[in-house]
Amino acid sequence: MTATAPVAERPAKEPKQPKRQQRFNEGTGRLAALLLSPTLLVLGLVVLFPIISALRESLFTSGTTLDENGFIVKGSTFVGLDNYLDIFKGDTGHRFWNAFYNTTFFTVVCVVLETVLGVAMALIMHKAFKGRGIVRASILVPWAIPTVVSALLWKWIFQADGIANQLIGTQVLWSTEGWQSKLSVIIADTWKTAPFIGLLVLAGLQTIPAEVYEAAKVDGASVWKTFTRITLPLVKPALLVAVLFRILDTLRIFDLPFVLVGPHKDSVETLSMLAYDQAFNTRYGPAAAYATVLFVYVAVVAYAFVKILGADVIGEARARKPGGGGGNGKRWRKKNAAQGAPNTAVGAVTVSGGGGQ
Amino acid sequence: MAVASSLALLATACGSGDDGSSSGGGSSAAALEGRGPITLASGKDTSGNLQHQLDAWNSSHPNEKVELKELPDDADAQRQQMVQNAQNQSDAYSVLVMDVVWTSEFAANQWISQIPEDKVPDLGKLVPATVETAKYRDKLYGVPITSDGGLLYYRKDLLTAAGITDAPKTWDELLADCQKVAATPGGKGMSCYAGQFEKYEGLTVNFSEAVNSAGGEIVDKDGKPNVDTPEALAGLQELQNGFKTGAIPKAAITYKEEESRRAFQDGKLLFLRNWPYVYSLANKTDGSSKIAGKFAVAPLPGKDGPGVSSLGGHDYAISSFAKNKATAMDFINFMASEAQQKDNLAKTSLAPTWASLYDDPALTKQFPYLPQLKASIASAQPRPRVVKYGDVTAAIQQAAYDALSKQSDPKAALAALQTKLQSLITQ
Repeated sequence: MTATAPVAERPAKEPKQPKRQQRFNEGTGRLAALLLSPTLLVLGLVVLFPIISALRESLFTSGTTLDENGFIVKGSTFVGLDNYLDIFKGDTGHRFWNAFYNTTFFTVVCVVLETVLGVAMALIMHKAFKGRGIVRASILVPWAIPTVVSALLWKWIFQADGIANQLIGTQVLWSTEGWQSKLSVIIADTWKTAPFIGLLVLAGLQTIPAEVYEAAKVDGASVWKTFTRITLPLVKPALLVAVLFRILDTLRIFDLPFVLVGPHKDSVETLSMLAYDQAFNTRYGPAAAYATVLFVYVAVVAYAFVKILGADVIGEARARKPGGGGGNGKRWRKKNAAQGAPNTAVGAVTVSGGGGQ
Repeated sequence: MAVASSLALLATACGSGDDGSSSGGGSSAAALEGRGPITLASGKDTSGNLQHQLDAWNSSHPNEKVELKELPDDADAQRQQMVQNAQNQSDAYSVLVMDVVWTSEFAANQWISQIPEDKVPDLGKLVPATVETAKYRDKLYGVPITSDGGLLYYRKDLLTAAGITDAPKTWDELLADCQKVAATPGGKGMSCYAGQFEKYEGLTVNFSEAVNSAGGEIVDKDGKPNVDTPEALAGLQELQNGFKTGAIPKAAITYKEEESRRAFQDGKLLFLRNWPYVYSLANKTDGSSKIAGKFAVAPLPGKDGPGVSSLGGHDYAISSFAKNKATAMDFINFMASEAQQKDNLAKTSLAPTWASLYDDPALTKQFPYLPQLKASIASAQPRPRVVKYGDVTAAIQQAAYDALSKQSDPKAALAALQTKLQSLITQ
């Protein structure tokens, strides 16, 4: 992929793309570094510093002993990895693995359901029909509602004398321990975030040129064949990014089970809730340890997801890499198309995260 | 990104916690000195009367004005902001309006100043049980301004129809009354009793009341856990049997205050344990309540006699890091005064701590439940006064919730709770 060849071949079609791929000379590199430095500084301040500070915090405890007057001895003690070891020991260990299981369970079930429903929603939203604007808007409403508010709405629905019980005709006590509380969280989470996947997949769908479908029609392909052979492969990059964001989001699920079902319930307790519980009781060292364990878990899952399914979060950066896989070349256009979507997604995810804390 | 942001939150939450060198905190019996403007950190002023009271103070103390710092409605969020304020050793909050169960934690951390008892001239006029909530290791750390006690709401119309004249004083009488009412046409399809049994602070309140009303205790006089006793067992079993026999409806395991109030207002319950705020709401004649004028209140029943309520309410404390503590002390005394408490009761219906107000004829006319509430509060017990209250209440909820929702062995539940509390309290 040299820089000049494509320009010569198709100068009128896409003049901007090849230019970007020109190799920087040293002066430009230095200028780029200079221009990027404020961003890097801010990122270091809001991302790197808190992570390091939390890691440091997780090695200390404070406020655990009383002096003879009943006052808490001040200052913090270095305890090494004790906060981490305590997580896996005895009762707390049992609680941790239960929360770990719940978190993973919610992530797998919710994301699968949301993906199926989200893709279906996107297909509907993509169709041209009367009132499409209204359908699109109404599908996106759940995503626009803050999680805590939607949790309260669902709590109201799932009350002992609520509408859910009236519809099914029996009295299920949704907020009690057991499968029903898990189910209520899954329903509420799917309702809220399937539109998110729908939105990103819709963005992917809109980049598929109509000619491809026309060609399939001419060739006599069935609807199912068209979907599995054309729509899915072409929308895959956008879909994978959406699913990745949902996985990361659901792994740190907190507000929905906390508000909808309540704290300290074994059936729905997640890893974030454990960290919250420690911090609430002013044990910041153990809280930081829990948060770090969750952080590592999320990072591992994200890395595995990207490696195994090849979700292309960094977009064209990978395409430029020499020997970045033969399959990448023919997909790069789609990747570029998906560029806009992940950026909005990052914003949305961060905003929703902020609301939950 | 998202995890990083939650880590960041954590880091800022504890930013200054670890280098906590000795502060000018309350260990040195707190010289309450300095005059000038102060602030009052309180939950939302929903009635607007708090600002009204502050205006009254401010107009007579132009150089020692009090500014209201409104915190969120939710008690946990209020506590969190106060803890953060203390850990930053900030003087932003001078006087803290604290839930009665926070005293030990705040005092042990020296986040609030000790108050010499002679600085509070009216202390002897306040209901003694409420003053206890403001003490840590026999030293005073706040002044109770509002209180709260549990009441037994009952359907007077149905009891009368069944030929019962007095409200039940014991659990057995209560259950017998239910059977009599169930035999009358009006009592068909009704449940007998409910309180608050969802897994939250209300369960700690209801469980404590059951244990205390059976003569048991959760934490003894010396602050040691003592819950593995026959008395505590009797209390827990009473609740358990209620669920088992259906005297307490199954849905009550999901009830908080509001859910149980709605069930009572919809005519589904014969007896309800709840706070005084229900009284005016259940008497509303705008159609929201089906039982307006049909119910009355009584003190809580117990195992062999009158029951024991848990105490609610708020204490006013002085932040250790505040300026102008002398003004803060004067202001607290102003809020504790009979005139202010009377005014506050009349306007907000919040239960006062000033004992004689419960016998005031004009107020009793406005709030007919005052005599019963006085009995409830006078004999009430504070919830466990422990430094790690958050952990202790979670342990109590765990034990009680499992026993009630899974009908597990109550004796084993209490033994496990005792062990758990010992590890939480001795540290």
